[in-house]
Amino acid sequence: MGVEGIGAKVLRKEDRRFITGRGRYVDDMTVPGMKYAAFVRSPHGHAKIAGIDSAEAASMPGVIGILTGEQLQGDGIGNLICGWGVSSKDGTPMKMGAWPALAVGTVRHVGQPIAVVVADTQLQARDAAEAVEVSYEELPAVVSAVDALKDGAPQLHPEAPGNLIFDWELGDKAATDAAFSGAAHVTKLHIVNNRLVPNPMEPRAALGVYDPAEEHYTCWTTSQNPHVARLVMSAFYNVAPEHKLRVIAPDVGGGFGSKIYIYPEEIVCLWASKRTGVPVKWTSDRTEAFLTDAHGRDHVTEVEMALDADHKILGLKVDTIANLGAYMSLFSSATPTYLYATLLSGQYDIPAIHANVRAVYTNTVPVDAYRGAGRPEATFVIERTVETAARELGISPAELRRKNFIRSFPHQTPVIMAYDAGDFDATLDAGMKAADVAGFETRRAEAKQRGKLRGLGMSCYIEACGIAPSKAVGSLGAGVGLWESAEVRVNPVGTVEILTGSHSHGQGHETTFAQLVAERFGLPVANVQVIHGDTDKVQFGMGTYGSRSGAVGMSAIHKALDKVEAKAKKIAAHVLEADEGDIVIENGEVKVAGTDKKLAWHEVCLGAYTGHNLPDGMEPGLKEGAFYDPTNFTFPAGCYICEVEVDPDTGTTEIVQFVAADDFGRVINPMIVEGQVHGGLAQGIGQALLEGAHYDDSGQLVTASYMDYAMPRAWDLPMFKVSTNETLCPGNPLGMKGCGEAGAIGSPPAVINAITDAIGNNDLSMPATPQKVWKALHAVA
Amino acid sequence: MTEVTMTVNGREMKGVVEDRTLLVQFLRENLGLTGTHVGCDTSQCGACVVHVDGKAVKSCTMLAVQASGSDVLTIEGLANGTELHPVQAAFREHHGLQCGYCTPGMIMTAVDLIRQHGSALDEKAVRDGLEGNICRCTGYHNIVKAILAAAGAAQPQQVAAE
Repeated sequence: MGVEGIGAKVLRKEDRRFITGRGRYVDDMTVPGMKYAAFVRSPHGHAKIAGIDSAEAASMPGVIGILTGEQLQGDGIGNLICGWGVSSKDGTPMKMGAWPALAVGTVRHVGQPIAVVVADTQLQARDAAEAVEVSYEELPAVVSAVDALKDGAPQLHPEAPGNLIFDWELGDKAATDAAFSGAAHVTKLHIVNNRLVPNPMEPRAALGVYDPAEEHYTCWTTSQNPHVARLVMSAFYNVAPEHKLRVIAPDVGGGFGSKIYIYPEEIVCLWASKRTGVPVKWTSDRTEAFLTDAHGRDHVTEVEMALDADHKILGLKVDTIANLGAYMSLFSSATPTYLYATLLSGQYDIPAIHANVRAVYTNTVPVDAYRGAGRPEATFVIERTVETAARELGISPAELRRKNFIRSFPHQTPVIMAYDAGDFDATLDAGMKAADVAGFETRRAEAKQRGKLRGLGMSCYIEACGIAPSKAVGSLGAGVGLWESAEVRVNPVGTVEILTGSHSHGQGHETTFAQLVAERFGLPVANVQVIHGDTDKVQFGMGTYGSRSGAVGMSAIHKALDKVEAKAKKIAAHVLEADEGDIVIENGEVKVAGTDKKLAWHEVCLGAYTGHNLPDGMEPGLKEGAFYDPTNFTFPAGCYICEVEVDPDTGTTEIVQFVAADDFGRVINPMIVEGQVHGGLAQGIGQALLEGAHYDDSGQLVTASYMDYAMPRAWDLPMFKVSTNETLCPGNPLGMKGCGEAGAIGSPPAVINAITDAIGNNDLSMPATPQKVWKALHAVA
Repeated sequence: MTEVTMTVNGREMKGVVEDRTLLVQFLRENLGLTGTHVGCDTSQCGACVVHVDGKAVKSCTMLAVQASGSDVLTIEGLANGTELHPVQAAFREHHGLQCGYCTPGMIMTAVDLIRQHGSALDEKAVRDGLEGNICRCTGYHNIVKAILAAAGAAQPQQVAAE
C-alpha cells in the first residue's frame, strides 16, 4: 500500500467542485433555446379520466405545447416495464399492468402524470399546468397491500385479479413444517417494515434535446445508470434508436436506488422535445419527489422460528405481503423475492427455511429498491426474531447467536445463497468490545437513578450485494446481466484515464478508482482521471446500485489494468532487452528486477504511441478494456450494537451509542467506507425512529413534504463508532465485498431491539416515535 | 415585473424579475450562480442557504425583491481566488460531503455558526445549529467534525481518539 494506494485514506479529488459551488447537476444545465416542462398530475388515488380540456391553458402566456397520453401512445412510445420476470408458485408469470408514461384512461396513484405543458419559463409552465382542466370519475382506492388482497377490494388492473401480482415461494415447505413439529420452542412475530421515501437531496430532473438536423436525441438525467437508461428508453420505450440517443448523467445528488429507474418524466421530456421542436427541461420539486419517486420497503410479515431444547434454530417460516404500488417498477419484482428471501438464513446455520411472498398492487406510488433493497427487510425479520427468541428463552442475545453462527465456509443456505467467507464471531466480538456491553448493566442502573430507561439492542446482519453473476440472475428472471465494464486509457505522456460503466453520485469513485492505478503503477492519483456518466464516452456499463461499484466495477478496472500491465511490461522487456518475467513496475518506473536497467513509466507510454520500438506484431497504443462478470454475490456482514436512553415521560429515544463492526473484505479507502457506513446508519436509524410514508384511505399521500415526513437531522444522530475487519472475498480479484448499503440494512433491528429492551415491551413498530414508545411503555392500547 | 439591484459576491448585479421570484431563483437562473441549490419546497432542507447582509438566510424563503439593495454572498464567493475558505477546506479534510448537493448550504450555515460562536462550539451546539440543513448521504458525523475543526473547537471525545 503506497501513500495513495489500496487501503490508503486519500482525500477526494472531486470535492473541489462541490465545496466551491461548481458541481454540475442536471438542473444547472442550460442549452440554447431551452424551455420548461410542468406536469399535470392526478389529484386522485384512483379515477377514470373522463376528459382533458387544455384550451384555456394553451392560450396562456409562454405556452408552446400541451401533450397528453393519447398523443404519446399514438407516437408509439412504449409502456414502462418491470425488467425481472418472477413467476408464481403455480408457474404463472407475474401480472404486469399497463403503465403508460402519461396516463390514458385510468389514473392509479396520486401524482401520476396525465399531461405535460411546455412553456418559455418554468413559472409559465406551472401556471398553465394548473389551468389544464381534467375531469375525473373517482373510483374507490386501496392503499394497504393487506386490504388490497381482500374480497371486494377495488381492482387496479384487469391483468391482476384480486390485485395479486405474484404468489411466490422459496425454500422447502415440507422440511420446514417437519422442523416445526419437532420444536421445543417457537417464537412468533408480526412485523411491519414501514414504507419509506428515499429523498436524495437533489430532486430528479431531465433535460431532453432533440436535434432535428441529426435526428439525434440527448438526455441529461439524474440517473445512477445512464447506459441502462439509454437501452431501456430505446429498446423498450421506443423513444429513440439506441445509436441516436446520448444519455448523460452528470453530477447527481444522491440516488439510493430511487434514480435507477427510468421514469415517465424523462421519457416525456425527450419525446416532447421532438414533438415541440425545442429542448425541454423538467425539474422535480420536493412534493413531486414524494409523489413520484419510487418508495421503498412496505412489507407485512408473519414470521415463526423453531428452536430445539439446546437453543439451536431448527427452522424458519416467513409469510410476507409486499406492496408494489400502482405499477411494477423496473426492479420491483426482485426486491421482495430474490433480494429478500435469499437472506433469511442470516448469519445462522438454519436447516430448513420456507418463505412465501405475495406482491400486491395498491393505489400508491410504485415501490422498488431503496438502499438495501430487500436485505433490510430480511435482516429486520431475522434479527428481531432472534433477539425476541433470546428474551423468551432467558439467554443473552449474544449467546443465542453464537450457538447458531455459521463457522464453516463455503456455506450453502437453504435459500439459494452460498456464503463464501466470513467470521461472524470476529465482528460480534469487535462490536461487543467497542460497545462495552460488559458495562451496560451498570450504565442502565445509573440511568435509572436519573429517571431514564436504557436499553441495548444487537443486530448481526449479513447481506448479499456486489450484484451479480449474470447467469445466476438471468436464470432467476432478470432481463439483464449484471457485469461491469472498464476501459483504461494510458495517454502518450503517461497519465491515465479510467472510463467506467459505474456511476458516482456521492461514492467518491473519482478518487477510489484512481487509487487502483496508484497501487498498480505507483502513479499519483492526481495523474489519473476517472470518466463516467456519458454514453458517448463510456462503453456500455450497468451502473451503480446494489453496492457493486467496488466488487464489480473495480474488478473490471483490475482486469483492464492487468492487460495494461502485461503490455507495458512486454514493451519494456523489448526495449531493455530483458525477460518479460523480470520486469517490475513500481513508483512510476519500469525496471528489470535486480538491476539498474529501467525506463520511466512515461517513456514506456510514449514508446507505445510512437511505435518506434515495439516488439514485432504488437499493435501501437496502450489502452485496454475489460468486462467483469462476478462469479457470486458478495457477503458483507457485521455486528451493530445500539444503546438508547428513553425518557419515560415523553417517550423520546436518544441514541447514546451506536457501534458498527463490519466486514467488507478489502477496504480501498477507509475514509470513504466509514462515510458510507455513517450514511447508511443514518437512513436505517431514520427508518427505525422517524420516517414513514403514509397514505390515507382515499389514496392521498399525507406525508408529502419535509413538514410531515421526518428526515433525520444532525440532532437526531450520535457520533458513530465504526470499525472494519477484512475477511477477503474469495470471489473477486481485489477481495472486496461492498459497503454502500450495510448501514441501512443492519441498523433498524438494532435500534428496535434496544428500545424494546429499555421499555420492557417487545411489541413496537417502526418508526418508534415518542408517542408509540410512550404508549408501549405504559401499555396503553 | 420589478427591477432589483443587489451586490452579489462583491459585484453589483441588476435584473428584472416577476415579483414572485425567489432569491434562489434569481441567483440560479438570472445570474447563473448555480452553486446554491433547491432541495425542498417547505424551507427546511437548507440547500439554498446564502448570506444576506452578513447573516445566513434560506434564499428559497426570501423574494428577490426583498434582497434588493442588500449584500449577498453565495458559495461561489466564499473562496479567495483559488484559496479555499477554512470551512471549505475543513469539509474536504474531514470528508464532510459525498454527493455534494447539500454542501453549499451546509458550508454557508457553518460559516455563520462559527462566526457567531467560534471555538465555543461543541458537538451539541453544532448539531442544534444544523437543524435547518438536511443531508441524506453523510449521516452528519463528518460534517460535525469538519465544523468543529474549522471553528478551532475540540472534537467530540470519542472522535478525538480516532
